[in-house]
This record gives sequence, structure tokens and C-alpha cells, in this order.
Amino acid sequence: MPTDASIASDKIRCDACPVMCYIKPGAAGACDRYANHDGQLVRVDPHILLEKTVSHGGRLVPFQAGGDWDGKIVSERDVFVTAIGAGTTYPDYKPAPFIVSSQIDGVDMVTVVTEGIFSYCGVKVKIDTDRFLGPETATVRVQGEAVGHVTTSEYGSQMLSLGGVHHLTGGSKKEGRVTCDALMDLSNCRPVELAIDGGATVVVQAGYPPIVNGVTEERMRVGCGSATIGMFAKQWHGKVDEVVVVDDHITGVLSEHQAGKVLEIPETGIKMKGRRSTPGRYFQVAEPGTGWGGTNISDPLSILGSFDPRTSRPGMTMLMVSTTGEHAAYYELDEGLRPAEKPMPADLKLSVERIQENCEPALCTVLFMGGAGGSLRAGVTDNPVRLTRSVKAALTRVTSGGAPVYVWPGGGITFMVDVTRLPAGAFGYVPTPALVAPIEFTMRLSDYAALGGHMDHVRPLASLKPNAETLHLTAPPSLPGSRP
Amino acid sequence: MNRQPRIGLLADGKRLHLQDGPIDLIIEAHGSGMSLHAAYRAAASRFTGLLDELCAELPLLRQAADPRACALKGGVARRMHAAVAPFAADQFITPMAAVAGSVAEEILGAMMDEARLDRAYVNNGGDIALHLSDGEQFTVGLLDRPDRFGVMRTMIVEASDPTRGIATSGRHGRSFSLGIADAVTVLARTAAQADAAATIIANAVDLPGHPAIVRLPAESLQPDSDLGARMVTREVGPLQEFEIAAALDGGAAAARALLAGGLIDAAALQLQGEMRIVAPRGFSPNIAGPVRGQSIGNAIHA
Repeated sequence: MPTDASIASDKIRCDACPVMCYIKPGAAGACDRYANHDGQLVRVDPHILLEKTVSHGGRLVPFQAGGDWDGKIVSERDVFVTAIGAGTTYPDYKPAPFIVSSQIDGVDMVTVVTEGIFSYCGVKVKIDTDRFLGPETATVRVQGEAVGHVTTSEYGSQMLSLGGVHHLTGGSKKEGRVTCDALMDLSNCRPVELAIDGGATVVVQAGYPPIVNGVTEERMRVGCGSATIGMFAKQWHGKVDEVVVVDDHITGVLSEHQAGKVLEIPETGIKMKGRRSTPGRYFQVAEPGTGWGGTNISDPLSILGSFDPRTSRPGMTMLMVSTTGEHAAYYELDEGLRPAEKPMPADLKLSVERIQENCEPALCTVLFMGGAGGSLRAGVTDNPVRLTRSVKAALTRVTSGGAPVYVWPGGGITFMVDVTRLPAGAFGYVPTPALVAPIEFTMRLSDYAALGGHMDHVRPLASLKPNAETLHLTAPPSLPGSRP
Repeated sequence: MNRQPRIGLLADGKRLHLQDGPIDLIIEAHGSGMSLHAAYRAAASRFTGLLDELCAELPLLRQAADPRACALKGGVARRMHAAVAPFAADQFITPMAAVAGSVAEEILGAMMDEARLDRAYVNNGGDIALHLSDGEQFTVGLLDRPDRFGVMRTMIVEASDPTRGIATSGRHGRSFSLGIADAVTVLARTAAQADAAATIIANAVDLPGHPAIVRLPAESLQPDSDLGARMVTREVGPLQEFEIAAALDGGAAAARALLAGGLIDAAALQLQGEMRIVAPRGFSPNIAGPVRGQSIGNAIHA
């Protein structure tokens, strides 16, 4: 290990070997083993990466076991060896050290490294927005190529189903490649621009708000204005005479709304602009915009007409609030029955905060979905169906890059995983085209033997205590040692 | 400074791993137990000090090669020069373009001097020197993107083929490329020749001035790069099919010229999922793929 590094301006001169590379900040030397991290010479060997539990595939274990490895071994009991392959977790890290340890059935040597699990798969995308993205079954495109379609929407969210056999291999070569790239980028939490036939263009990135036609979605509203009245009517009852929930879609008015009627809230003589749908529910109180409740207004009073002097009386109180609680104001009617803004009482402030609290940040979420068929399972056991049974019986835990998965009931091992829970860059591709995704089966050694595991190929992690019974198996068909 | 190369067997107990600075070798030999022992010992012995030898002449190795004369002294350095000299008259190339292959060849040579082996390879980060005695063959895996998982194809090199060197060059490797190829794999008589030729062909896979290609001066990335201020490829955006074809055409033309000049035996050029093979008719290293096609097929239906 180098002990010192002479510094020339922002560059470091590495003295780890006679090449004496000058290394710029953020870059690595010729060896890819030493790098300049904020002016410090750091080692970026795979074993350093391994110390972060974001780690590499089964091949690393034999590499360390070679006897000459001077780095630390996987000694932490909480280290989980995942199926994620080499060279994917460190920025600009190139996998040269992994080349050395890979040996693949039937191949004597490789010119560059490859490994991984081949899955046939797609992604399900949930986009938190009430905006119209496109009609159900409309084609979703990337770079003009069909990659999937709009599927049935869920509460407050639009849903897309992307990938699958049809787009990956059923269409043109370009369609397959574009689909594969889009799936991989989405799965690796990178932004992808999707254009929907007859609808919007939306930028989707797992864990980030959607950008619909160039506008970033902020929050999922708790409900439309009318629904908000329904949800909070009881909490407002007795604290205020009138509540208006301003909404671009349906503005709600407490005293006229069914919920207000049930609570026997008296009429207030309020007069709304816009088109009345049913009692207490108004469409088109204003134009859509970025003001109150997704409308273009900045003064909520502009959506009110004059109060009816036959019903209204001076001193009546009114809360106006948007569907997200981002905007709110409190008024009292003066002698001329004109609303005058007053400081909001604490208990009403609380109700506004509650609306805010119930409006979650709008996000895009991406679930990767894939199936482990017979042959993948054969990499784990010589009787593939027993692995399925073992998974169904919860004896075997399935994870993807160490992340928990939902295993779909029924045949095969079809699972879904939230891509944000996998380490960065966990997904790869093969030009077939198809996606490469990690999957691990973890079980007790005795259970593994019982289901016909390749016992002669089991190598205990050097770090596990000699009598430990848990086996961390990274067993895609492509890994050496996973099949006879 | 107390620096020792790393020398050891890999976990399979068969392959020798040698590493020193940026040099990373995987070596496997087949033969009798005695000859294996002698060969591996010879490899380790020759490897020790080899990097220092090279670094002693590093400034000259990083300069454009003179096509007519060689001022270098070390055996490896002179081999590097000899490998790039055929290209040096027409274009900028430094002996560094053949460093990996030349080192692989040197080590294989040291092993062959000490032992009789059935077959052996020295793999220097993808640049490979081969030894094949009569009737032997090697299966070599290829892929297009070292920074992503990529499907492998295979080539079989037989003893009766002239090929004893294989090298891969492209924009994802450790060295910079002036071109946009994901990978160019070359078969040649020697590893050093394959290394130099792969660099030349990979540079020729290009779309000059294309807006989707990001290039930066090499020295802005690696201050002491032998490429100096030359613009090296950092990113290649999505290309149209006809553009991929045009870029590969350029590379294939360069490869065909080298093939005609006897400098290479065959080349496989890869760019954004497309592959082009340049090889003489009847040449046996058939590039088949994908490797273990059954497994990949399985995987797709998995």
C-alpha cells in the first residue's frame, strides 16, 4: 500500500507502483486499483467494495480463497453475498480484477468478464398523478419504439406495463434493443422519457416525482375537493361555519355537501362560481394552473360570488383550503357580508396540516417482474420443482440483489421487486435482448440437501462460522460450481 | 519502496494469478505436473521486476513510434515497438498500444523456455498469448461490453490455425479509444500484434463529428496519457442502424487492409449490439455464439 502521495495541484501522484500515475480527482490510475478521491489516494479494489455490503457475485469467494489475497475477507456476519456481478457498483470502476477469477463452463478464458442471471421480464410502473397520461391500452414508446402499454389505473396513480416477450423479441431488432435499454435504465433507477400514444410525455425515474409534459408533479392530493370535504367534515363540524376545498377537478363546499347535510350544518348563503355538478360539488371554478388546488387562482375569493343576505350574517366564519393543504386562508364576514381574512384558529390550522400530512409526495415507482423458470432453477437443484415447492413452503427465501421480493402464487418462481431496494447498477442486459437481474435463493443447508441441491458444489463462505448452517447461495445457471 | 508482485494460484488450484501495478495476468498451462510447476515458476520469475523494466523506458514508450528505428532497449519494449511499427508511418501510435499483448507474450515465452506444455495461455486483461501443441485447441469467449453484462460468443482456435495471439480493444476498456467500437477482438500471429491491430481497428470504427459522441482530450482525463491532447471517446449515445453500419464499415475496411497485409488473422467488431466479422474464407476459428447457447436460451425462457 502506498503510504504517501505527492500532490501536484489537484492531481495526485500515485507511488503504488513504478508507473507513478498522475491521477485527477475522481479518476483512477492505469491499474484501476487506486483512485483520487477528494485529494486522497484510495484503493478501489473489489475487496474494498466488498466491505460495503453492496457486493459482488459468487465468484468473489473463490477469488479470495486463493490463499494470496492480502485484503480483508467477508468476515461480517451481516454481509449478504448477492448475485450481482462484478464491476457494477463503483463509479467508473472497470472490472479488470474480476476477469481473473471468472471461469465459465466450456470456455477456457474470456477476453472480458461476464456473468449474471438471464431473466425474461418486464417492469410495472406506478406514476402518482391524476393527470391524464393516455387512454388505457395505449402504446408507450421510447425513441418511437413500442415498449409497453398503459394499463388499468390505480388510486391517484397511472399504471404502465412495460417490456415482456412481445416487445423484447417479437418486434423489430430496434424495438427489442430500445425496450431492453428502457427496462434496464428504469430498473437501475435512471430516468427514461416515455411518450404515450394519444397522451402525454412523461419522464419516469424510480423514486422521483414524474415529469408530465415538462411539469414536475409535486404531491398526490388526498382526494378531490369533494372527497376532502367528506373526509374532514366531522373534524370541521362546530369549529367553522363554512369550508371550501378548492380543486381544479371538483371543488367542494361543506354546507351544501352531503357530508355537511348529514351533520346538519346550516346553509351559509355562499355562492360559488363554476358549474354545479351535484350539491356541494363544483366543476370548473377556474382554469387549470399552478395556483390553489391546481387552478390558476391566487386569490381564492375570486371563485366566490356575493353571499346571500337572506341566509348569511356578519361574523360567519369560513375556511378555504386547497386539496393538498398547500394553500389555506380563514375569513370572517364583515358587516357588508364581505369575507375579511383573519388569523386562522389553531384547531383549523391543525386540520389543514392534516390534509398536508395525507398528501404524499408524488413518486414514480418501478417494480421489476421476472420469472425463474425450470432451467434457472436447475442451476440450484437437480430437481427444479423442489425449489419451487421449497419457496412456496417458505423454506427458501428469494431475494433479488439482497432485496425482498414478492413471489407470485401459482407455478414457477415469478417475483416482483422494488428496484430502488437493489444496489446501484444491479441490472444488466444481454443483446439477445433480455435483461440480467440478480436472484438469490437462501435456505438452510439441510433444506438444500433435501431438495436435491448440488451438495458437491457447495462452498461455505469463508466468513461463516464453521458450524453455521445458513447457506448463502448465489446460484444462477451461469455461475461455476452451481451445476455439475 | 518494498513492492512485490502478487503471485498465487486462484481458487481452482489450476490457474496462476500474477499482478503488479496495472498488469494483471491469468495463466493456465496443461501438461505434466513437473512441467506445469516449471512453467509457473518461470512465469513468476520473469514477471518479477518486469514492470520496473518497462517503467525505466516509459517516457520513450509513450512517444509516437518511429516506423524505421527503435531506440528502446528492453525485450518487452522492443516487442511493443515492433508490433506498432507497421502502423506508425501512416498514423499516430505509441508502443503503449501493444503493452498488454507484449507482456503476455513475454511471460508465455519464459514458460515455453522452461517446460514442454500441451497448451497454455497468458491472459493479460483480455490480451492473450496462446500456446497450442498439435491437436490442441482453445475456446475463447467474446463479449461486447465489459461495463455491462453481455452475452458471450465463442471462438475456437486450433493448433493448425496460425493464431497465437488474441486481443480486445474498445472504448470500455482500461485504455482510451479514439473510436466508438464497443469491442474489437483480433486474432493474430502474436499477442503483441493482435493488441496493436485491435487498437487500430477500434479507432477506425468511428463517426467523426456525430453529435451523440462525447470526446475529451485524453490528458484531461489521465494527465500522463500517451495520447496527449487527442480526443478520446467518453460516451456514445444511441445510434441509428445505418450509422452503426457506417461506423462498422469503416472499421471493417481497416481490418480487411490488415488482413490483406498479413497483420491479422481475423477480427470481430462490435458496436451497439451489431457484430461484424472480418476473416479469410475457410478460416477455421468460427465465431459461434452465444456460448452455452442452451443456457442463454434457457434463460430467456426462464
